[in-house]
Amino acid sequence: MEANTRGTGRLPAAFLTPGSSSFLDFLAEHKPELIPGRGGLPEGSVVEAPHGTTIVAAVFDGGVVIAGDRRATMGNVIAQRDIEKVFPADEYSAVGIAGTAGLAVEMVRLFQLELEHYEKIEGTTLSLEGKANRLTSMIRGNLGMAMQGLAVVPIFAGYDLDLGRGRIFNYDVTGGRSEERGFAATGSGSVFARGSMKKLYREDLTAEQAVTLVVQALYDAADDDSATGGPDLARKIFPIVSLITEDGFRRLTDAEVAETAVAITDERLTRPNGPQAPLI
Amino acid sequence: MSTPFYVSPQQAMADRAEYARKGIARGRSVVVLTYADGIVFVAENTSRALHKVSEIYDKIAFAAVGRYNEFENLRIGGVRYADLRGYSYDRADVTARGLANVYAQTLGTVFSSVGEKPYEVELIVAEVGRTADNDQIYRLTPDGSVVDEKNYVVVGGNADSIGNYLGQRHRVGMSLTEAVKVAVDSLARDPNGGSPRALTPEQLEVAVLDRQRFQQRKFKRILGNQLGRLLDGDQSAEADDEDDPAATPPSDE
Repeated sequence: MEANTRGTGRLPAAFLTPGSSSFLDFLAEHKPELIPGRGGLPEGSVVEAPHGTTIVAAVFDGGVVIAGDRRATMGNVIAQRDIEKVFPADEYSAVGIAGTAGLAVEMVRLFQLELEHYEKIEGTTLSLEGKANRLTSMIRGNLGMAMQGLAVVPIFAGYDLDLGRGRIFNYDVTGGRSEERGFAATGSGSVFARGSMKKLYREDLTAEQAVTLVVQALYDAADDDSATGGPDLARKIFPIVSLITEDGFRRLTDAEVAETAVAITDERLTRPNGPQAPLI
Repeated sequence: MSTPFYVSPQQAMADRAEYARKGIARGRSVVVLTYADGIVFVAENTSRALHKVSEIYDKIAFAAVGRYNEFENLRIGGVRYADLRGYSYDRADVTARGLANVYAQTLGTVFSSVGEKPYEVELIVAEVGRTADNDQIYRLTPDGSVVDEKNYVVVGGNADSIGNYLGQRHRVGMSLTEAVKVAVDSLARDPNGGSPRALTPEQLEVAVLDRQRFQQRKFKRILGNQLGRLLDGDQSAEADDEDDPAATPPSDE
């Protein structure tokens, strides 16, 4: 009867402990080495890794659009031409990431799991505010790496089912969160993208107009920021554009984005600086 | 010094098994059966929030009867196990067999240990495959045994009589409407031969693992109007995805 109960394959205590519905909390207790950015770096080390650049988002009537360019740079080298920077977080939200690509993709994967985990354990989804707050915790956890050049800075966009509209949250490197009204941009090309959207944005945009807006913004960002890639007609590489409405997350196909990108490129042949807003 | 009473191992194990079985028999049954597009779970449950059937992972679902706090604790442990494994390796590497093995070890270790009360739960872990031939349904008993069931399984009170009834009527390749109807009829039967009870949608908890679902996560609860229409034999109710706000699109990673 004295069965040896040591190491017999039972679920470890961390699995059966009542309490948090957060996968992050569970990882921190059970396997902290799996949390991205927890390893830290030796003092004074400099790591060269691919960095993603520009993410833009805009609210339109009925939802929100979020888009990212496709270039990753490592110093002055183009590390990748077709990187993906916009991911669905769950059915009604998405994350676009600027910063260290490897850490960022891993963090998004963990964030997706965090939301799914909560939903499976609790049987209900987090509110949009709740999702945004969880992302804050994750970015703050990466602060040590950020101070050594491996920052991750996202934009979180989602459709708030309770309020019936799209919302955008911008983050800084410490996880500080601010909700943006109308449009937002992050990454090295964000200054130019925001300037572009500032002149083109209006509140009554349709979904199609919002898509055109974000592609225009990425084009302008690519025009002035060497780390941002514009539409690449030769290789048929186009920005990633995703819509989030009350029907959920939908990523536009390459053909759909190509149509918008080609129209914009054609127009730029006659007006290289893009649409001109009235002075007054 | 007095000699302690001797209890044979067989008697001790039989006592513990009987104890666990009594706890399980008090509960209402859960029926799990395969149909053309996947696996359907039907349970008698009037609570809207305390579920007997739950999602574990993309293609894996969990059903249980017995003491609620015990199987709820195991369910959460299973979700953590699956999510950790999917995160460390890949989503495709999370299998029902792996989870059933973990549960078997946990249940069996507790059952064999003198110092702990055995779990008063009986579990089902099911995984929907790419085709019907790949569907897996595992039943776990309190002593840690695992049975790989084919086509259908019943756990809970009156499991034997419900299982017999189900065995006579289950057919491979049934539609969802047929499957739900057979399951509800079997739950409604009076094991003592009296007239069957009428079970309403409010008394039922129904969920499916539907391999035809385009989302990566195949689990879906059938609620409210859709369940009512299924019970009325409305074939078109099978395709209704409108009252499933928790559905998640495929990952773009």
